[in-house]
Amino acid sequence: MANLALRNLVKTYGQTEVLHSISLDVEDGEFVVFVGPSGCGKSTTLRLIAGLEEVSSGAIMIGDREVNNLEPKERDIAMVFQNYAIYPHMTVKKNIAFGLRSSKASKVDKEARIQEVAGILDMVELLDRKPSQLSGGQRQRVAIGRAMVRDPAVFLFDEPLSNLDAQLRTQMRLEIKKLHQRVGNTIVFVTHDQVEAMTMADRIVVMKDGHIQQVGTPEEVYHSPANSFVARFIGAPSMNLLPAELSAEGLTLAGKVLDAGRWAASPVGKVLLGVRPNDLYIDEIRPLFEGRVSLREPLGSETLIYVETEHGEVIARADGRMPPEVGATIGLGARTEDLHLFDAASGVSLS
Amino acid sequence: MSSAEAVRATSSALLDKKFAPANRNMAQTLRWLVLFAGGVLMVMPIAYMISTSLKWPHEVYNVNLIPDEPTLDNYLFVLEDGRFYMWFINSGIIATLTTISNLLFDSLVGYTLCKFRFPGRTLVFVAILSTLMIPTEMLVIPWYLMSQSFGWLDSYWGIMFPGLMTGFGTFLMKQFFESVPDDFIEAARIDGLNELQIWWTVAMPLVKPALAALAIFVFLGNWTAFLWPLIVTNSTEMYTIPVGLSGFGDEADVAWELIMTGAAISTIPTLIVFLIFQRFIIRGVVMAGLKG
Ligand SMILES: Nc1ncnc2c1ncn2[C@@H]1O[C@H](COP(=O)(O)OP(=O)(O)OP(=O)(O)O)[C@@H](O)[C@H]1O
Ligand SMILES: [Mg+2]
Repeated sequence: MANLALRNLVKTYGQTEVLHSISLDVEDGEFVVFVGPSGCGKSTTLRLIAGLEEVSSGAIMIGDREVNNLEPKERDIAMVFQNYAIYPHMTVKKNIAFGLRSSKASKVDKEARIQEVAGILDMVELLDRKPSQLSGGQRQRVAIGRAMVRDPAVFLFDEPLSNLDAQLRTQMRLEIKKLHQRVGNTIVFVTHDQVEAMTMADRIVVMKDGHIQQVGTPEEVYHSPANSFVARFIGAPSMNLLPAELSAEGLTLAGKVLDAGRWAASPVGKVLLGVRPNDLYIDEIRPLFEGRVSLREPLGSETLIYVETEHGEVIARADGRMPPEVGATIGLGARTEDLHLFDAASGVSLS
Repeated sequence: MSSAEAVRATSSALLDKKFAPANRNMAQTLRWLVLFAGGVLMVMPIAYMISTSLKWPHEVYNVNLIPDEPTLDNYLFVLEDGRFYMWFINSGIIATLTTISNLLFDSLVGYTLCKFRFPGRTLVFVAILSTLMIPTEMLVIPWYLMSQSFGWLDSYWGIMFPGLMTGFGTFLMKQFFESVPDDFIEAARIDGLNELQIWWTVAMPLVKPALAALAIFVFLGNWTAFLWPLIVTNSTEMYTIPVGLSGFGDEADVAWELIMTGAAISTIPTLIVFLIFQRFIIRGVVMAGLKG
């Protein structure tokens, strides 16, 4: 087990730079999740750590070794792939044993290790099957088993759950988290699903276009997003962002002037006002904004309502038992501490 | 094989046109007719081969399929002629070694061209492909001169060397390796295998159907090869079956009944090879079908 450090990592393919100086420290035993939209460089970062791609500049440290020029097998890592990559021509047992090929342990020890891993993953009775005789979730477990069996310093997961159906995904999410609590290895997990990121991570790394946008605990990235991109990316449905202006008088929102509050000292100029749908409540007395309900999305305990306001469409959550009618005009309010302000040009948070 | 496919393609194309239900039977009949014609076309030469092998010399030029006085004399003659066994063994050794060589080297090169990026990759691939466009007839003279100066004439090596690797086999294997996901290879790399081990333990088992098809092609091709073995060999001991058989008879008269008898016997190994490897092809298809 070891900590992992990325120092000014750059990756270029030909002329295009796809990773721009990524730096990150991962503690020993930490569960870090990389999340971001498609093409932001999550897989590339993971493949650099694994040694499947060469670093263009910068350094990768595992433990206290710089591993830039080491082969994947010398890096003491294991990787689980999106489409499992378990070998169809080998039994489950052989697949798991494959991870031990380069180990010097005795046959007996290896066998014991395989049984132990199979026990942890609850698939002892599957050992003699071929992958074609397994369900998607079981195949994924085999892939995890093959990675686990070597007890690597760092586990790398590249979207391992995205080929599973929704229910199985939730279940495997839990299993991987439990597994982490049990074995305690450092894990770097890549996903584009912010729910996965929120539920599993000790720390989340939000990426966009080859840049790290924010690193923080799930609570930090949710409650104090560093910029408007993180604010919209984390949390579902997305945070509402409305154009506003910060001036000496206060915060101007479509002609209405509000008290600038904790932003009184912030530089004046155009800003984006952010508020999450579930921080909005129906408030007819002192509404933040008013609008007409154009659409309802019942989710059971609550209903999402889409409200046309003069600032654009705003999504809010309403009680599932008595949501406002479509076409009704309603007022929405929010507590000042639930509001976020971002610089309109750079998107940087003004908190 | 290709003509049978053509026949099938034509007949199914005929069927695909939307026939009215009343015409359904007509279409079916037509389909059977086309298939039947194709079948006859394929079977006739084989039937004649067997028929001729059962005829007396004087009946050979009769076109009747059923011999008037069938005889097994030709078989006795060929099997009692010690040379036949010699040629049989020569052909067997040559076809087997060539097949093994093709399976190994075609797939090794195909794998490299498919899974590695290196400067000049496309150039190498195009060069290999372009060898497919040169007819054997054009190559035998350079081959002969080369064999002569290296002293390879009239030896196994001399017969085998031009076919130890083929452009076609390399191309076939490259295409099949495209279907092996890179993730498998990367997973194996992380598991600590070197590139040669990855090729052998991960990639090769995944292209078994292609290897089986290639084995059948190469074995049949070398078992029946005639022109080059004829040119490169001098002594009777070095002949392969086709070369040896062609020499049956004397200057005045070709003994067709003996040639056909030898040919009939020599199809047996090709049948065996086909039956063995064909199972892999079918199993490969089944396996691919189960993966989901
Ligand atoms: N071999 C390559 N050659 C050129 N560009 C590449 C190569 N591999 C990746 N890229 C580019 O690098 C960028 C990052 O790709 P990467 O696969 O890391 O994205 P990702 O965040 O994993 O996305 P996804 O969620 O879709 O998997 C993309 O713009 C992609 O086009
Ligand atoms: Mg990816």
